[in-house]
Amino acid sequence: MRGVTGFQLWWWVILPYLALATFVIGHIWRYRYDQFGWTSRSTELQEKKLLKWGSPVFHYGTFAAIAGHVIGILVPERWTSEIGIPEAAYRWFSAGAGTLAAVLIIIGVAILAARRLFVARVRATTSPVDWLALILLAIVIVMGIAETIGVGLLGGGYDYRQSVALWFRGLFAGNPDVRAIAHAPFLYQLHATAAWAVIAVWPFSRLVHAWSAPVGYLWRPFVVYRSRKATRPNEPGTSGRRWRRIGVHY
Amino acid sequence: MRIMAQVCMVMNLDKCIGCHTCSVTCKQTWTNRPGTEYVYFNNVETKPGLGYPARYEDQEQWKGGWTLDKKGRLALKAGSRLKKLASIFYNPDLPTIEDYHEPYSYDYAHLITAPAGTKAPSVSTRSALTGKEMNPTWGANWEDDLAGAPARALSDPNIVAMADKVKLDFESVFMFYLPRICEHCLNPSCVASCPSGAMYKREEDGIVLVDQDRCRGWRFCVSGCPYKKVYFNHRTGKAEKCTFCFPRIEAGLPTICSETCVGRLRYLGLVLYDADKVLSAAASEDAGDLYEAQLGVFLDPDDPDVAIAAERQGIPHDWLAAARRSPTYALIARHRVALPLHPEYRTMPMVWYIPPLSPVADVTAAAGYDDAKAENVFAAIDALRIPVEYLANLFTAGRVDPVRMALRRLAMVRCVMRAHQLGIHPAVDPAEVGLTENDAEDLFRLLAIARYEDRYVVPPAHAENAGRLLAQHDLSGCSLESEGGPGMGGGGPGGDGVAGFHLRREDAADPSVAGRDGDGRLHLRVAEHPSPGSPGSLGPAGAGGLA
Repeated sequence: MRGVTGFQLWWWVILPYLALATFVIGHIWRYRYDQFGWTSRSTELQEKKLLKWGSPVFHYGTFAAIAGHVIGILVPERWTSEIGIPEAAYRWFSAGAGTLAAVLIIIGVAILAARRLFVARVRATTSPVDWLALILLAIVIVMGIAETIGVGLLGGGYDYRQSVALWFRGLFAGNPDVRAIAHAPFLYQLHATAAWAVIAVWPFSRLVHAWSAPVGYLWRPFVVYRSRKATRPNEPGTSGRRWRRIGVHY
Repeated sequence: MRIMAQVCMVMNLDKCIGCHTCSVTCKQTWTNRPGTEYVYFNNVETKPGLGYPARYEDQEQWKGGWTLDKKGRLALKAGSRLKKLASIFYNPDLPTIEDYHEPYSYDYAHLITAPAGTKAPSVSTRSALTGKEMNPTWGANWEDDLAGAPARALSDPNIVAMADKVKLDFESVFMFYLPRICEHCLNPSCVASCPSGAMYKREEDGIVLVDQDRCRGWRFCVSGCPYKKVYFNHRTGKAEKCTFCFPRIEAGLPTICSETCVGRLRYLGLVLYDADKVLSAAASEDAGDLYEAQLGVFLDPDDPDVAIAAERQGIPHDWLAAARRSPTYALIARHRVALPLHPEYRTMPMVWYIPPLSPVADVTAAAGYDDAKAENVFAAIDALRIPVEYLANLFTAGRVDPVRMALRRLAMVRCVMRAHQLGIHPAVDPAEVGLTENDAEDLFRLLAIARYEDRYVVPPAHAENAGRLLAQHDLSGCSLESEGGPGMGGGGPGGDGVAGFHLRREDAADPSVAGRDGDGRLHLRVAEHPSPGSPGSLGPAGAGGLA
């Protein structure tokens, strides 16, 4: 790649791929090795009054933000303009809906962060890796809010679909556009960097509960019966919790 | 007819002295770990009282169990599945730790590390959640023996409806103990509430368990259980509940709470039921009919049709035989002296209770009555200290007749057996309460003699499945299974696993294992070393010991 420094290559290509690899392998490893630790890690038992407002507002705001990222980053600008949506219209929608999501997330995060920091019972349940994940997540959120409200709504706007999105989609297509991201404003670079860090930490933190959203509950019979299935005993000395070769099914 | 077997418990409240031995042994066995300090798979409540967690019986507040929707169909009281998923980020019906109690221990090290001074050092209370000093204000056993009852007991949800009738002044106050474990319901609302499908009812014996590996901590089981017998482990973020001591039950042994019950008030046995009838029974329109409806679900193991169908559907022959000998089926269905706890929750609970009678007999005796005359006792049943209406609110959704009949039958057994013991003709006819003389004798055998073999009829899980059974469950983490620990394949003392639990008959006859001492009692050779107080009569030398 011409015009790309070694640092840029390292920062915007190699590190993201390492994060992605960690994400995938980490999840496989955690899912096989640590079913027992795989939980939403609810602290509602310890504190309920703040959670009542903080948690739903944050989660629903996050869903809106994720949907916004799918529309803004994964969907190429070419597609939206082909179906007749001009860039200006998209930008107003992005700033408007994005701001709504951002406000929800601000309120939610403020309540949840205060709860985690100042309610001793809740603070005590937070493991070091969860602190790391939550701090990284906070950086991503604060930067995202600054972009949406500061740049998109109040500022002159920035067409990240011509820069950040190209690089991001390129990562999955195998030819990331490093120059596009390398020349993006610092705010967007920090947002993207922290996001990759969250992706790398994800499988080892409580964030894994996101993949266990129990949608199957809607269809399953109410009362679950299980019979004593024939399962093979564990290998001696493993207590059933050791890493095993993938594909060997006991 | 789809026949299923259920391990079921009956507790005779007449005999409970509130010693909490069951709670202690249960806690030592199952919940002596960080994260489960506040968790009592078994607890003993003084009634009247708020219970644990406070006022758990008020389902208008907690929304546990089932209810009927507008079309008369069974629905979870907490709302639809969609509503549950939508409120997964905040469960409005979950109790907080204050409703149980903030777990605590004491700063014992201070006793040793305190600097020298004139005062003896004392320990302070330390929260297990935060490590900070705290002041306990409520707990599992806070209202033991009516402690604080004048201020609180009238808020007992079972009393609220009849508050004008109940007075708690010294002359008329009443109390009894209510030991509680998980009900292992036929229609468990905790299982139905679990979004992950981690909770299940075992097909073979009906025990309700949480798969620790599949639980994702969505905590709807905790609020879904009207008895609040699913707890949230605050360290692991997973739900835990009474296991009915399944490893012991599989080995044919009683649960630890039953085994160690000082009053010998617990009964364990199989009940066969028709799984196809459970839903319609649980959907009975009038909550007062639920007791009878549940009885209608149970199947008589002595009925030849039932026996044939059971064998055909794969119920092992020895299980059928155990069901015929089941003390719980006898107390529940044959003699109808045991009643379910809060059938109005529509979960079809399977831990039943024989209502307490003792104060009746005491009152009549004190008033100069002769309790050998049944009519005196019957008259007193309506005037007893524990109001029948209160018991009815606990056991029959408010219907007093079944409670009254159970109490009358218990009184009748006393009258009949008293006459037998004195060698006089009973002045009363057991038929008055629908019993035969044989029934009275059978109840006497079960309730008064209450031999170990009669109280616990637990058929072992089928040995051909035993290895697989253990394999299925060891993922839930036996604390003994650390590498090299006693759970790692070693059979423990005796080296023969399950059989090593109990003294085998052949061992008891083997003088190298056990011997009868001069006092006629059986002594076991427990240690291979001489002690001044134990003579060689512990058993002749045989296994290389020094006896």
